[in-house]
Amino acid sequence: MFRATATQSLSVSFAVGLYGIAFGAAGITAGFSILQTCLLSLLTFSGASQFAVVGVMGAGGTALSGIATASLLGIRNTLYGLRMAPLLQVRGWKKVVAAQITIDESTGVAIGQEDLGPAAMKQGFWLTGIGVYVLWNFFTLLGALGAQAMGNPSSWGLDAAVPAAFLGLVWPRLLGRFERTLAITALVLAILLTPYMPAGLPIIFTALLAVIFGWKARA
Amino acid sequence: MNQLWIGVIGASIALFALRYSGYLVPEKYLTNPRMLRINTLIPIALLSALVGVQTLTEKGKWVIDQRVAGVLVALIALRLKAPYFVVVISAALTSALIYRFK
Repeated sequence: MFRATATQSLSVSFAVGLYGIAFGAAGITAGFSILQTCLLSLLTFSGASQFAVVGVMGAGGTALSGIATASLLGIRNTLYGLRMAPLLQVRGWKKVVAAQITIDESTGVAIGQEDLGPAAMKQGFWLTGIGVYVLWNFFTLLGALGAQAMGNPSSWGLDAAVPAAFLGLVWPRLLGRFERTLAITALVLAILLTPYMPAGLPIIFTALLAVIFGWKARA
Repeated sequence: MNQLWIGVIGASIALFALRYSGYLVPEKYLTNPRMLRINTLIPIALLSALVGVQTLTEKGKWVIDQRVAGVLVALIALRLKAPYFVVVISAALTSALIYRFK
């Protein structure tokens, strides 16, 4: 057991798990039931994708556009899996569990332990993945129950908490002028298209912008 | 089965398939530098679009209300390097105050 790795895993789990409250509240605000909100956390288990499902469908989007947006946001998990597979060397049901807890944080902590060797990396992956899973789901339930009890979401500011949650997710990714230009272009384009397209489509449409930006950028 | 249930179950299946395939596919297929770059840009575009739509539109129309103030406060909190939780709560508080007193 690596002490420093364990401390890091637990602090990440708490920090991330806690904002499950925001997701739980967002799910209820968007019109999902407590059961549906909790199932999204238990089964989908990917913050940005979950927020996308409730965000898109809460604004009147179809299930298909919700699922498509969530999937586009979830592609990075495939890449994390690619990175973790040779390290974890898992088979059978352990592979299923490892896949389910392959998220930004478990992969991030695992990679962060590179100096300490593969045993610490593995420990970082499992401890962070399981820690975030347990706490994220616990706090989702808490947030959902809380929002249900509050009633009108606007009078508690939940209507602004959801876009603020998205802003907080995108903020650390805006590393330079290039990323910021893409972010602002996508934001403006999606707002402009909203009155002219069915809900959810303007958001998916901006993925094309990312493809164009990525294609043209110099490596 | 209604739309919300389809969304919940569909997103869950899609995410699991995406994750599990990472453990099945040989690494060389997904490491083209251009694909990797596009993959880091897609969340930026989608999340930014969601910020815009959730702040300035409602039911397919452009709307300016208390949410704008809330998100601006979140932006300030982020610039001051506030923790995620503070960012979300400060946005909620601002929006709630304006909603109640307008």
